[in-house]
Amino acid sequence: MGKITFDSDLCKGCGLCVEACPKGLIFIDTGTLNQKGYHPAATAEDAPCIGCAFCAMMCPDCVIKVEK
Amino acid sequence: MIVFDKPKCLKDAPMHYCPGCAHGLVHRIVAQAVDELDIQDKTIGVAPVGCAVFAYNYFDVDMVEASHGRAPAVATGVKRADPSRIVFAYQGDGDLASIGMTETVHTAARGENLTVIFINNAIYGMTGGQMAPTSLPGQITQTSPYGRDVNTVGYPVKVCELLATLEAPYYIERVAVNSVKNVRRAEKAIRKAFQNQIEGKGYSFVEVVAACPTNWKMKPVDANRWVEEQMIPYYPLGVFKDKDEQK
Repeated sequence: MGKITFDSDLCKGCGLCVEACPKGLIFIDTGTLNQKGYHPAATAEDAPCIGCAFCAMMCPDCVIKVEK
Repeated sequence: MIVFDKPKCLKDAPMHYCPGCAHGLVHRIVAQAVDELDIQDKTIGVAPVGCAVFAYNYFDVDMVEASHGRAPAVATGVKRADPSRIVFAYQGDGDLASIGMTETVHTAARGENLTVIFINNAIYGMTGGQMAPTSLPGQITQTSPYGRDVNTVGYPVKVCELLATLEAPYYIERVAVNSVKNVRRAEKAIRKAFQNQIEGKGYSFVEVVAACPTNWKMKPVDANRWVEEQMIPYYPLGVFKDKDEQK
Protein backbone atom coordinates (compact mmCIF):
# COMPACT_ATOMS: atom_id res chain seq x y z
CA MET A 1 0.00 0.00 0.00
CA GLY A 2 1.16 3.50 -0.77
CA LYS A 3 1.60 6.40 1.59
CA ILE A 4 1.56 10.09 0.75
CA THR A 5 2.87 12.86 2.99
CA PHE A 6 2.34 16.57 2.47
CA ASP A 7 4.79 19.33 3.27
CA SER A 8 1.68 21.33 4.18
CA ASP A 9 3.33 24.69 4.73
CA LEU A 10 4.43 24.78 1.07
CA CYS A 11 0.95 23.92 -0.22
CA LYS A 12 -1.05 26.67 -1.97
CA GLY A 13 -4.29 24.72 -2.10
CA CYS A 14 -4.57 24.79 -5.91
CA GLY A 15 -6.36 21.45 -5.95
CA LEU A 16 -4.54 19.91 -8.94
CA CYS A 17 -3.67 16.85 -6.82
CA VAL A 18 -7.33 16.44 -5.85
CA GLU A 19 -8.20 16.26 -9.54
CA ALA A 20 -5.30 13.91 -10.36
CA CYS A 21 -5.94 11.23 -7.72
CA PRO A 22 -7.60 8.26 -9.48
CA LYS A 23 -9.00 7.07 -6.13
CA GLY A 24 -10.31 10.46 -5.01
CA LEU A 25 -8.43 10.26 -1.70
CA ILE A 26 -7.17 13.83 -1.50
CA PHE A 27 -9.23 16.80 -0.32
CA ILE A 28 -8.64 20.46 0.48
CA ASP A 29 -8.72 20.76 4.25
CA THR A 30 -10.85 23.87 4.72
CA GLY A 31 -10.65 23.47 8.50
CA THR A 32 -6.97 24.46 8.67
CA LEU A 33 -4.74 27.25 7.43
CA ASN A 34 -1.03 26.83 6.75
CA GLN A 35 1.80 29.31 7.26
CA LYS A 36 1.03 31.01 3.91
CA GLY A 37 -2.67 31.33 4.77
CA TYR A 38 -3.93 28.71 2.31
CA HIS A 39 -6.14 25.71 3.00
CA PRO A 40 -3.70 22.84 2.35
CA ALA A 41 -4.39 19.55 0.59
CA ALA A 42 -4.71 16.55 2.90
CA THR A 43 -5.66 12.91 2.99
CA ALA A 44 -7.04 10.57 5.62
CA GLU A 45 -4.49 8.71 7.78
CA ASP A 46 -5.65 5.29 6.54
CA ALA A 47 -6.45 6.25 2.93
CA PRO A 48 -6.10 3.24 0.58
CA CYS A 49 -3.38 4.91 -1.55
CA ILE A 50 -2.08 2.86 -4.48
CA GLY A 51 1.21 4.78 -4.74
CA CYS A 52 0.73 5.89 -8.37
CA ALA A 53 2.25 9.33 -7.58
CA PHE A 54 -0.12 11.11 -10.00
CA CYS A 55 -0.78 13.72 -7.28
CA ALA A 56 2.92 14.41 -6.82
CA MET A 57 3.47 14.62 -10.58
CA MET A 58 0.83 17.33 -10.93
CA CYS A 59 1.89 19.32 -7.84
CA PRO A 60 3.50 22.63 -8.89
CA ASP A 61 5.21 23.09 -5.53
CA CYS A 62 6.70 19.64 -4.81
CA VAL A 63 4.60 19.37 -1.68
CA ILE A 64 3.92 15.65 -1.93
CA LYS A 65 6.19 12.73 -1.13
CA VAL A 66 4.99 9.27 -2.17
CA GLU A 67 6.17 6.00 -0.65
CA LYS A 68 5.16 2.48 -1.40
CA MET B 1 10.47 2.63 -0.99
CA ILE B 2 10.20 6.21 -2.16
CA VAL B 3 8.15 6.49 -5.34
CA PHE B 4 8.31 10.27 -5.66
CA ASP B 5 10.21 12.98 -3.83
CA LYS B 6 11.41 16.50 -4.55
CA PRO B 7 14.39 16.42 -6.98
CA LYS B 8 17.66 17.17 -5.20
CA CYS B 9 18.57 19.91 -7.64
CA LEU B 10 15.56 21.94 -6.49
CA LYS B 11 16.16 24.07 -3.38
CA ASP B 12 13.82 24.04 -0.39
CA ALA B 13 12.87 27.69 -0.90
CA PRO B 14 9.09 28.11 -1.22
CA MET B 15 8.26 29.22 -4.78
CA HIS B 16 6.69 32.64 -5.27
CA TYR B 17 4.43 31.43 -8.09
CA CYS B 18 0.64 31.68 -7.80
CA PRO B 19 -1.39 28.60 -6.80
CA GLY B 20 -1.62 26.19 -9.72
CA CYS B 21 1.04 27.97 -11.80
CA ALA B 22 2.73 25.61 -14.24
CA HIS B 23 6.16 27.18 -13.70
CA GLY B 24 6.68 25.18 -10.50
CA LEU B 25 5.78 22.00 -12.31
CA VAL B 26 8.19 22.69 -15.17
CA HIS B 27 10.93 23.62 -12.66
CA ARG B 28 10.41 20.20 -11.11
CA ILE B 29 10.62 18.47 -14.50
CA VAL B 30 13.83 20.30 -15.44
CA ALA B 31 15.37 19.57 -12.01
CA GLN B 32 14.40 15.93 -12.33
CA ALA B 33 16.03 15.69 -15.77
CA VAL B 34 19.24 17.23 -14.38
CA ASP B 35 19.17 14.74 -11.49
CA GLU B 36 18.55 11.74 -13.71
CA LEU B 37 21.34 12.64 -16.11
CA ASP B 38 23.63 13.38 -13.13
CA ILE B 39 24.79 16.74 -14.51
CA GLN B 40 24.05 19.00 -11.53
CA ASP B 41 27.73 19.96 -11.07
CA LYS B 42 28.21 21.12 -14.63
CA THR B 43 24.82 22.65 -15.44
CA ILE B 44 24.39 26.40 -15.87
CA GLY B 45 20.89 27.83 -16.22
CA VAL B 46 19.94 31.18 -17.69
CA ALA B 47 16.91 32.81 -16.07
CA PRO B 48 14.60 35.11 -18.06
CA VAL B 49 12.70 38.29 -17.22
CA GLY B 50 9.09 37.47 -16.41
CA CYS B 51 7.44 35.37 -13.76
CA ALA B 52 10.37 32.93 -13.78
CA VAL B 53 12.87 35.73 -13.06
CA PHE B 54 13.64 34.21 -9.66
CA ALA B 55 14.37 30.76 -11.13
CA TYR B 56 17.89 31.17 -9.72
CA ASN B 57 16.43 30.97 -6.21
CA TYR B 58 14.95 27.56 -6.90
CA PHE B 59 17.44 25.60 -9.03
CA ASP B 60 20.43 24.28 -7.14
CA VAL B 61 22.75 24.78 -10.13
CA ASP B 62 24.80 27.76 -11.29
CA MET B 63 22.51 30.40 -12.75
CA VAL B 64 22.89 33.60 -14.77
CA GLU B 65 20.20 36.26 -15.04
CA ALA B 66 19.80 37.64 -18.57
CA SER B 67 18.22 40.93 -19.57
CA HIS B 68 14.77 40.77 -21.12
CA GLY B 69 14.66 38.28 -23.99
CA ARG B 70 18.42 37.84 -24.17
CA ALA B 71 18.65 34.44 -22.46
CA PRO B 72 19.67 32.50 -25.61
CA ALA B 73 22.38 35.08 -26.38
CA VAL B 74 23.74 34.87 -22.83
CA ALA B 75 23.50 31.08 -22.97
CA THR B 76 25.46 31.11 -26.25
CA GLY B 77 28.22 33.08 -24.54
CA VAL B 78 28.33 30.74 -21.55
CA LYS B 79 28.38 27.65 -23.74
CA ARG B 80 31.09 28.96 -26.06
CA ALA B 81 33.24 30.08 -23.14
CA ASP B 82 33.12 26.61 -21.60
CA PRO B 83 31.69 23.94 -23.92
CA SER B 84 32.02 21.29 -21.18
CA ARG B 85 29.07 22.88 -19.33
CA ILE B 86 25.45 21.96 -19.92
CA VAL B 87 23.60 25.22 -20.51
CA PHE B 88 19.86 25.75 -20.56
CA ALA B 89 17.71 28.84 -21.04
CA TYR B 90 14.32 28.95 -19.31
CA GLN B 91 11.96 31.53 -20.81
CA GLY B 92 8.33 32.57 -20.91
CA ASP B 93 6.35 33.70 -23.93
CA GLY B 94 6.66 37.45 -23.40
CA ASP B 95 10.41 36.99 -23.05
CA LEU B 96 11.07 34.50 -25.83
CA ALA B 97 8.40 35.21 -28.45
CA SER B 98 8.24 38.99 -28.17
CA ILE B 99 11.28 41.00 -27.09
CA GLY B 100 13.62 38.02 -27.45
CA MET B 101 12.43 36.78 -30.84
CA THR B 102 15.62 37.93 -32.60
CA GLU B 103 17.89 36.10 -30.17
CA THR B 104 15.67 33.03 -30.25
CA VAL B 105 15.61 32.76 -34.05
CA HIS B 106 19.30 33.49 -34.55
CA THR B 107 20.43 31.15 -31.78
CA ALA B 108 18.35 28.42 -33.42
CA ALA B 109 19.64 29.37 -36.88
CA ARG B 110 23.23 29.03 -35.66
CA GLY B 111 22.36 25.67 -34.15
CA GLU B 112 24.06 26.42 -30.84
CA ASN B 113 24.44 23.34 -28.65
CA LEU B 114 21.91 24.55 -26.05
CA THR B 115 18.66 23.50 -24.44
CA VAL B 116 15.85 26.07 -24.45
CA ILE B 117 12.72 25.54 -22.35
CA PHE B 118 9.85 27.79 -23.45
CA ILE B 119 6.77 28.24 -21.25
CA ASN B 120 3.81 29.31 -23.38
CA ASN B 121 0.87 30.45 -21.26
CA ALA B 122 -0.61 32.88 -23.80
CA ILE B 123 -0.32 35.93 -21.55
CA TYR B 124 2.16 38.27 -19.84
CA GLY B 125 2.05 36.98 -16.28
CA MET B 126 4.37 39.15 -14.17
CA THR B 127 3.16 42.52 -15.47
CA GLY B 128 -0.48 41.66 -14.78
CA GLY B 129 -2.04 39.81 -17.69
CA GLN B 130 -1.46 41.85 -20.86
CA MET B 131 -1.81 40.37 -24.34
CA ALA B 132 1.22 38.35 -25.43
CA PRO B 133 2.34 37.38 -28.95
CA THR B 134 0.94 33.94 -28.11
CA SER B 135 -2.51 35.05 -26.83
CA LEU B 136 -5.25 33.21 -28.69
CA PRO B 137 -7.59 34.97 -31.18
CA GLY B 138 -10.50 36.38 -29.16
CA GLN B 139 -8.70 35.92 -25.83
CA ILE B 140 -9.62 38.56 -23.24
CA THR B 141 -6.64 40.15 -21.51
CA GLN B 142 -5.92 43.49 -19.80
CA THR B 143 -4.91 45.06 -23.12
CA SER B 144 -7.54 43.29 -25.25
CA PRO B 145 -10.71 43.68 -23.14
CA TYR B 146 -12.93 42.83 -26.14
CA GLY B 147 -10.80 39.82 -27.07
CA ARG B 148 -7.73 39.66 -29.31
CA ASP B 149 -8.75 41.18 -32.64
CA VAL B 150 -6.64 39.49 -35.32
CA ASN B 151 -7.45 42.24 -37.85
CA THR B 152 -5.55 44.84 -35.86
CA VAL B 153 -2.97 42.94 -33.84
CA GLY B 154 -2.46 39.86 -35.99
CA TYR B 155 -2.31 36.20 -35.17
CA PRO B 156 -0.50 34.36 -32.36
CA VAL B 157 3.02 33.21 -33.14
CA LYS B 158 3.57 29.46 -33.29
CA VAL B 159 7.19 29.34 -32.24
CA CYS B 160 7.82 25.61 -32.76
CA GLU B 161 6.51 25.70 -36.33
CA LEU B 162 8.55 28.84 -37.02
CA LEU B 163 11.83 27.39 -35.71
CA ALA B 164 11.21 24.07 -37.44
CA THR B 165 11.61 25.79 -40.82
CA LEU B 166 15.26 26.50 -39.98
CA GLU B 167 18.00 24.12 -41.05
CA ALA B 168 20.15 24.00 -37.91
CA PRO B 169 17.92 23.05 -34.93
CA TYR B 170 18.30 19.44 -33.90
CA TYR B 171 15.19 18.81 -31.86
CA ILE B 172 11.94 20.79 -31.49
CA GLU B 173 8.94 19.52 -29.58
CA ARG B 174 5.78 20.99 -28.06
CA VAL B 175 4.37 19.43 -24.90
CA ALA B 176 1.80 20.42 -22.26
CA VAL B 177 1.56 19.95 -18.48
CA ASN B 178 -2.22 19.97 -17.97
CA SER B 179 -2.66 16.25 -17.25
CA VAL B 180 -0.63 13.34 -15.92
CA LYS B 181 -0.29 11.89 -19.43
CA ASN B 182 1.03 15.16 -20.83
CA VAL B 183 3.37 15.67 -17.85
CA ARG B 184 4.89 12.25 -18.60
CA ARG B 185 5.52 13.30 -22.21
CA ALA B 186 6.97 16.61 -21.06
CA GLU B 187 9.40 14.79 -18.74
CA LYS B 188 10.55 12.63 -21.63
CA ALA B 189 10.95 15.60 -24.02
CA ILE B 190 12.92 17.73 -21.56
CA ARG B 191 15.20 14.83 -20.67
CA LYS B 192 15.84 14.25 -24.36
CA ALA B 193 16.60 17.95 -24.87
CA PHE B 194 19.32 17.73 -22.19
CA GLN B 195 20.57 14.38 -23.49
CA ASN B 196 21.00 15.88 -26.98
CA GLN B 197 23.19 18.61 -25.55
CA ILE B 198 25.32 16.14 -23.56
CA GLU B 199 25.89 14.21 -26.78
CA GLY B 200 26.77 17.46 -28.57
CA LYS B 201 24.00 17.11 -31.11
CA GLY B 202 22.91 20.75 -31.17
CA TYR B 203 20.02 23.10 -30.52
CA SER B 204 17.10 21.52 -28.65
CA PHE B 205 13.90 23.45 -28.01
CA VAL B 206 10.95 22.32 -25.89
CA GLU B 207 7.79 24.45 -25.77
CA VAL B 208 5.54 23.75 -22.80
CA VAL B 209 1.90 24.82 -23.15
CA ALA B 210 1.06 25.89 -19.62
CA ALA B 211 -1.68 27.44 -17.54
CA CYS B 212 -1.73 30.87 -15.88
CA PRO B 213 -4.82 30.58 -13.63
CA THR B 214 -4.40 34.01 -12.00
CA ASN B 215 -4.28 36.08 -15.17
CA TRP B 216 -6.77 33.93 -17.01
CA LYS B 217 -8.99 34.53 -13.96
CA MET B 218 -9.80 30.84 -13.55
CA LYS B 219 -9.42 28.18 -10.91
CA PRO B 220 -6.32 26.01 -11.51
CA VAL B 221 -8.37 22.96 -12.46
CA ASP B 222 -10.48 25.02 -14.92
CA ALA B 223 -7.32 26.57 -16.34
CA ASN B 224 -5.94 23.12 -17.15
CA ARG B 225 -9.23 22.29 -18.85
CA TRP B 226 -8.92 25.52 -20.88
CA VAL B 227 -5.44 24.41 -21.97
CA GLU B 228 -6.95 21.16 -23.23
CA GLU B 229 -9.96 22.74 -24.95
CA GLN B 230 -8.58 26.02 -26.30
CA MET B 231 -4.80 26.09 -26.36
CA ILE B 232 -3.89 22.60 -27.57
CA PRO B 233 -6.16 22.85 -30.67
CA TYR B 234 -4.30 26.04 -31.67
CA TYR B 235 -0.87 24.84 -30.51
CA PRO B 236 -0.86 21.15 -31.48
CA LEU B 237 1.45 18.97 -29.41
CA GLY B 238 4.12 16.84 -30.99
CA VAL B 239 7.63 16.65 -32.41
CA PHE B 240 8.24 19.26 -35.09
CA LYS B 241 11.83 18.37 -35.81
CA ASP B 242 14.06 15.54 -34.69
CA LYS B 243 17.20 14.86 -36.67
CA ASP B 244 17.53 11.51 -34.84
CA GLU B 245 14.60 10.31 -36.88
CA GLN B 246 15.77 11.79 -40.16
CA LYS B 247 18.86 9.58 -40.17
